Amino acid sequence: MSFPWAEHYKPKHPFMRWMDDRLPLPRLVYNAVGKGYPVPRNLNHFWNFGVLAGLALTLQIVTGIVLAMHYEPSAAGAFASTEHIMRDVNGGWFLRYLHANGASFFFIVTYIHIFRGLYYGSYKPPREMVWMLGLVIFLLMMATAFMGYVLPWGQMSFWGAKVITGLFGAIPLIGEPIQTWLIGGFAPDQATLTRFFSLHYLLPFVIAGVIILHIWALHIPGSGNPTGVDVKSPQDTVPFHPYYTAKDGFGAGLFLLLLAVMVFFLPNYLAHADNYIPANNMATPAEIVPEWYFWPFYAILRAFTYDFILPAKLWGVMAMFGSILLLFFLPWLDKSPVRSGSYRPKFRMFFWILVADVLVLGYCGGKPAEEPFVMISQVATIYYFAHFLIILPILSWVEKTLPLPNSISESVLHGEAEEAAPADIGLAKPAKA
Amino acid sequence: MVRILGILVGLGFVGVAAWSLLWGAVAYLKEPPRETVEHQFHHHARDIAFSFDGPFGRYDNRQLQRGLQVYKEVCSTCHSLQYVAFRNFRALGYSEAEVRALADQWRPRTPSIGPDGSPAERNSVPADRIPGPYPNEAAARNANNKALPPDLSLITKARHGGADYVVSLLTGYHSPPANLPRENRPGPGLHFNPYFANLNIAMAPPLRQDGQVTYADGTRATREQMAQDVAAFLEWAAEPHADARKNMGLVALIFLLMGTILAYMAYQNVWAGKKH
Repeated sequence: MSFPWAEHYKPKHPFMRWMDDRLPLPRLVYNAVGKGYPVPRNLNHFWNFGVLAGLALTLQIVTGIVLAMHYEPSAAGAFASTEHIMRDVNGGWFLRYLHANGASFFFIVTYIHIFRGLYYGSYKPPREMVWMLGLVIFLLMMATAFMGYVLPWGQMSFWGAKVITGLFGAIPLIGEPIQTWLIGGFAPDQATLTRFFSLHYLLPFVIAGVIILHIWALHIPGSGNPTGVDVKSPQDTVPFHPYYTAKDGFGAGLFLLLLAVMVFFLPNYLAHADNYIPANNMATPAEIVPEWYFWPFYAILRAFTYDFILPAKLWGVMAMFGSILLLFFLPWLDKSPVRSGSYRPKFRMFFWILVADVLVLGYCGGKPAEEPFVMISQVATIYYFAHFLIILPILSWVEKTLPLPNSISESVLHGEAEEAAPADIGLAKPAKA
Repeated sequence: MVRILGILVGLGFVGVAAWSLLWGAVAYLKEPPRETVEHQFHHHARDIAFSFDGPFGRYDNRQLQRGLQVYKEVCSTCHSLQYVAFRNFRALGYSEAEVRALADQWRPRTPSIGPDGSPAERNSVPADRIPGPYPNEAAARNANNKALPPDLSLITKARHGGADYVVSLLTGYHSPPANLPRENRPGPGLHFNPYFANLNIAMAPPLRQDGQVTYADGTRATREQMAQDVAAFLEWAAEPHADARKNMGLVALIFLLMGTILAYMAYQNVWAGKKH
């Protein structure tokens, strides 16, 4: 793995040498995120978001473990125990708000990470496995977040669980038994809550495991870069540490700043008021809306309103799951040999239409299922599927791409032979006053 | 091959979605959706200036104490406050002895079990949560024309508009407008209130006249004053740690800002002279 010019781990301290012969964990870290991992020198800030997603997962696991110490997964006590956390547990409000807003931020950085991959063709050979493992992580995240939202057992928890598990009921013949089996009864209740709590605790660790595979698969070809050109020489790369650890440190600072603004000053901005009403299976809320990060998919689900051979609901469910599953085939749908959208003018235009399209879908998904939102989400759904399944395959046949730079270093240095002198070289010299 | 299959599947989904769009558009043109009566007559909450608004806003303890008085003398007749304990009132500026006296004299008393095992009552202590007016939901509905007065501990977080909504609702009762359709007029036991989502609310106007409560601190108890005080108190009841949260938030932001500046400088320093 990695490039021939990668630095080799040479432990100096006798203990580290002793350790390296027995359990080469420091060597693993050195080769993964240390000096031993050469990374293209031209990564922009969009390459920060993978690390930020890892940071978000860590925050979720740490806050979640402590919250679980105070939470009671029972239909009678879940809501009250959440209030116990908010009122009586020392710093409980901080943990819970950090966990709830942390979930939103996890999705924000993951969405930016995914769209980074879409723009720069990170799914293209030889990184198909990185892309597909990333999609597995995304699906696991969605399952985890959905089950986590059920745990406080408020009105949106309960009715969200009912609606989402009800999607499986749309499958012909076996749908209803599957739904009953999933929630352990005919409506969400104690059995649902306990199993969701168990799985909500389990899945983040599964995510952590798949992240290890994701990074492993990434480190075989190494990171991509904004030009999409392969690494060719030592001049093209810098060691991950200190270059990208420093850059990621700055990104992490900004991430935590924004998260702190939400947690401390707008803790319920991204939440729904109805979830502060205890779950009541006799009173349906006026509108059942999932968390904001599911809105685009919710809009796709609701865009299918008329039967066509199959029932409309089944079309909606197939389209919703299909909208994510089709991404697994993206490396073979978009066969253009040029990776980066920067050298594909038509692709770039369609990419930005897709970004706007997904934002429109998200907006409609958060609105009630009324006109004109249904018609708008139908148009947006049509574009979403057309983009990935029709436009990209055709585009990769017909598009004329721009000339690529010969190498990363050429695109960065523009023919200059060497590095400019460090800006602070004067300070490094001993003063002669 | 994948591309051909993809295009076929894509055409399928696009076609079915277009089919839905077509019929939706036809239905829309034939019968454009009309604004519902509820929507037409509904008012959004008034914008009230509270001391706790914004990142630098904090609770006003004197207002919270007045609000507690309104809750105690008016709201608590029908509404519970189940997640708030008497000990929490220390945060409103009451001394330990005052909290103990408040709990001891609170009516109704806390449910208990008598020496012979039968249900009984005892005076409350600071550790108790505030006892509600009804023993159970059936009793509450029975006493209120089958409507259930909601618990108020989280009411400002459980309603859009929060404390603004509470003030608007409490002061928003008036007789139904003349052009309100007959089927939307309040039935028996209901009261017209444009701030309530379906316009007709089961709660009778609780703040009927100025001076309904005689404030201990001498503030003139207008209806608006009482509504704002109790809304502020309920905001505190829903979010008792808001002041601590904002204080900690300012410290956290300063700390993180310094950390981020240092991280930025480290980043610039490491990359200095390295073109990228």
